[in-house]
Order: sequence, then C-alpha cells, then structure tokens
Amino acid sequence: MKFKGKVWKFGDHVNTDLIIPARYINSSDPAFLAAHCMEDADPDFVKKIHPGDIIVAGENFGCGSSREHAPIALKAAGIAAVVASGFARIFYRSAFNMGLPIFESKTIYGLISEGDEIEVDGDAGVITISGRETGPIKIEPVPPFMQELVAAGGLLPYLVKKRAGG
Amino acid sequence: MGMTITEKILAEHGGLKEVHPGMLINARVDIALGHDVTAPIAIGEFKKAGGHKVFDRNKVVLVADHFTPNKDIQSAQQVKIMRDFAKEHKISHYYEGGDAGVCHVLLPEQGIALPGDLIIGADSHTCTYGALGAFATGVGSSDLAAAMLTGELWFKVPETMKIVFHGKLNKWVSGKDLILYVIGQIGVDGATYQAMEFTGETLGELTMADRFTMANMVIEAGAKNGIFVPDETTKEYVQSRAEREYTFHESDANANYASVLEIDVSKIEPQIAFPPLPSNVRGLSKVGSIKIDQVIIGSCTNGRIEDLRLAAQLLKGKQVAPYVRLIIIPTTPDVYRIAMSEGLFDIFLDAKAIISPPTCGPCLGGHMGILADGERAVATTNRNFTGRMGHPGSEVYLANPAVAAASAILGRIAGPDELKGVHKI
Repeated sequence: MKFKGKVWKFGDHVNTDLIIPARYINSSDPAFLAAHCMEDADPDFVKKIHPGDIIVAGENFGCGSSREHAPIALKAAGIAAVVASGFARIFYRSAFNMGLPIFESKTIYGLISEGDEIEVDGDAGVITISGRETGPIKIEPVPPFMQELVAAGGLLPYLVKKRAGG
Repeated sequence: MGMTITEKILAEHGGLKEVHPGMLINARVDIALGHDVTAPIAIGEFKKAGGHKVFDRNKVVLVADHFTPNKDIQSAQQVKIMRDFAKEHKISHYYEGGDAGVCHVLLPEQGIALPGDLIIGADSHTCTYGALGAFATGVGSSDLAAAMLTGELWFKVPETMKIVFHGKLNKWVSGKDLILYVIGQIGVDGATYQAMEFTGETLGELTMADRFTMANMVIEAGAKNGIFVPDETTKEYVQSRAEREYTFHESDANANYASVLEIDVSKIEPQIAFPPLPSNVRGLSKVGSIKIDQVIIGSCTNGRIEDLRLAAQLLKGKQVAPYVRLIIIPTTPDVYRIAMSEGLFDIFLDAKAIISPPTCGPCLGGHMGILADGERAVATTNRNFTGRMGHPGSEVYLANPAVAAASAILGRIAGPDELKGVHKI
C-alpha cells in the first residue's frame, strides 16, 4: 500500500461541515458529493486537485457529524489518503470502512508545506517528503487485514469477500 | 480492579466478565439507529453485502428527521430509500410524517432507548442516550450496515474521564451551560476516544432534560460516549415509558479513571460558545454587545418541553425584536402537543415567533431557517462550525434556551436578567 502525491495542507479541527457542507448531504451520490468537497474551506479545492493527491492536516481531522458522506466525498474527489496529527474517532472508523486510507503522524504537519510531494508507504510505515532532507517519518503500518479491507473498497465489500472465501 | 458503568455495559454486551480500556471486543447491539441522511448509505452497503434480512426488526430504528418534511427532490428520494427498506423488512420502529421527531428526543421519550442498553446510531449525537445510563455512541453508515446485518459490532473499550460537579447552580444556569463550560475547559478534542462520566452532588438537581443536553454534547469534546449513573430521576422518567426490561448499572468505587475533572458550578454563569468551535466559550458577562438576526430554540440538544416552557416564561407578554426571526422547534409530536395544550403556542405567536414542525432543519443548515452571508444566530443547538447554519460567512452562537429567548427579545446576545419583570420560578 503506497501512495505518492501532491500535498494539500489544512489546519486543526477540519470538521465534517467543512469536508462536505450539510446543504449537500440530501444526496449520497459520490460524484455529487465530490464536486462540493472542502468547498467552504477553499471554494476552488476540487478544481485544483488531481487524482492521487494527499491531504495533510493538524489535530482532530473529521470532527463533528458522523456523516460518511465526508470520507466518500474525499475519496470520490480523488484524494488518495489523509495524513493528520490526529483524527476524530467516528471519522477514523468511517474512513477505513469506506476504503479511504488514513494515517496518523504528529511530526509531518510541522515539516510539510502545501505543494510538497510525499510518499506514504503503509506497508513499511514511513512517509518521505520528496526533495527534503527530513529523512523518513515513521507512521503506524497498516496491518494486512486493513489493507485487504481498503483494497476491497471498504468494510461491507470486505465482509462479502471474506464470506465468499476470497 | 473495579469497572466503570461504561465498562460494565460493554462487558455485559460482549459476553465478558471483565473488560479494560484499550481492549477490542465484539458486542451485541440493543438498538441500531439511522436517519434520512445516514440510513440510505447504510442500506446501500447492506445490499452490497448481500443482506436479505435485518438481525432483528424490533432493534433497527429508522427516523426521518434531518431534511423532513422533505425539502426537495433529493431529500425525498433519500427518505423513499429508507421507507422502502422499512416496509420490506417490517421495521417496527420506523418514524416518518406525523409520528416522527428529532431522533435523539424521540427514542427516550418513546421508551425505545433504555438504561443499560448498548446503542449505536449513524449520527454523532447518538451519545445523548448516555443520560439514561446506557452506552450509546455515534458510528458511520458502514458500521450501521454491519450492525443491521449481524446485530453486533466491534468496539475499543474507552478510557473514562470523570467529571465531578459540586455546588449549587446559579440562576439561569442549566445542563447546557455545564457542558459548554466543560468543552471550553478541555477543548473540542479534549476527550477524543474517551467516555465522559458525569457525577457529583449537583447532578441530583438536574432534570432528565438537562442530562440529555449534557450527554448530547460530549461528541463536541470528541468523546466516544457520555454517561450518567441512573438514579431516582432516571427511574421516574423511564418506568412509564419502557416496554421491555432495563438495567441500572453503576461504577464501582475502585473503578479506574484516566482523569478526574472537579467543577464548582457555583462559579459558572450562562455560557456562550462563539463561532467557529463549541469550545470557544465565554461567560455571558464577557460577551459584549453582539447584534443578532435569528434565534433557534430546538434541536436534539435543547428542543424538549422543559426548554420550550423556559422560553415561554420569558417571552410571555413580550415581542421578538424588529428584524429578528425567532424559530421555535418542538422536537417531537409529543413535545408539540404538550406545548400546544399548555398554551405555549399562544405565547410564542403573540411574541411573533415562528413555530416549526419537528425537524433537525436549521441546526445543520438543512432547511427551515438558513442564514445569509454576514447574518448571526443564537441557537440552542450543538455546533457552530463555519457555515453550519447556512452561508459560510454567517455565524452561530450556542446558548441555553433562556439566553436564546432573551436574546430574541432584545435583538442582541443577552441574559434573562436584562428583561424587565422576569423572575425565575
């Protein structure tokens, strides 16, 4: 499980109303949600990003509502992974359950600038910042079952696969 | 080592004699709740998993409350998905239309959520039921789907933070002010992953309404659940409503706590949370003059009959300030009926307030009172994030119902003592 992409940087307490405002959650269509992802934080966010980009944020990412529309919107917008100093607990569960890989790192936030390119290696448990002399930043590796869950597309597809003996 | 009330409920539902913080357990779920925003995704996932039958049609609860009465075609489509599913699976607790109310007020009121239960809900404010002495926590739609399918879910046993309240409450200070004060002290991630257990001599003075308000907002400190040890007040509330067995648990004297926060409530005045975070709290005397455009009295936090009675007491014979909208939302059909029969609606209408049908509506910026750019609202709700009630340039100030009512009359954030001829009964 490896991701290489351009970084979009956000601060602490990025809440679910910022990730996907409630005025759009009368729909659960991933493409519709993706079109409004992070709109109130940066109205042009969706226009600027490219598939495979990575969000790096501060503490308590995903706080607020339990809406799974938040990880759905990020994933459908093309965000490959989120690295934050910390996550709110419902978002943490829901992100994996929806197949959006997320990583906790207390150190990367202070080292990174928007536009940097990073490589997240979920197998080895390290992040490297391209062209920087920071050296590898340690993260908790993603265990094999969780990698399988993400690869399957989330919790329910994973359960189906397991039940089928795949 | 003894166990906390949270640990006891988790142990019992996990079929274990003992649990400790950090332990991963698989536990039986008494109630699995979804609403018109989160259930459609859960239903989609349930189908993706090849689900044909819910684990127990009496334990899955579906409530249409967020965008209801359906505000547009998209929200109507969402409710239709939920309704079709409820019909197909003969869900006993399906609420829509004239039966429906804001889920976290409705479930305790109807005796669906009970002490000792393990409740999961695809809504972050599911933690409200902790007021009854239940373990209740918010999850995402995928988790709800898994619970609807299997009747079980995995949990990490949380550490518990104990919050002890001493002293006598000041005038106009309610459960809302206590929880805002606590969030102001510990921050919006001060209790992330933890259980918040409320205790202390002051709690005996608190009504169930106050306790629901407090448990409701523990998520604003990042907590997994909030919990009260049930007492006589709980018993009185529950006994006429429950249609099944329930259990009162209490924490052992030698239970282990990650931290203990002692609070002298006699030092607390009504609290206001300034935008854009519920932790951005100030005492009412330190607010200054802030003009407002709208007031909301409602939501799963403060839309119970006690809240409406308090608002009516202040609004009686008075009028909402010019160019200010006061929207009052009785949160369930029962609350609505009681308010009507007690004559509160006459007081509200005479004061030029707007009475809404039960809905979450404006709390999440859904409908029924959306703010324009630059507008400010005082709300008895639970979140004041950027754009929460409408335009990203609008602002929400969180307050108790007495402050909200007084603010509506004066057109600025104000306490009831600023109104002439008001005495708290």
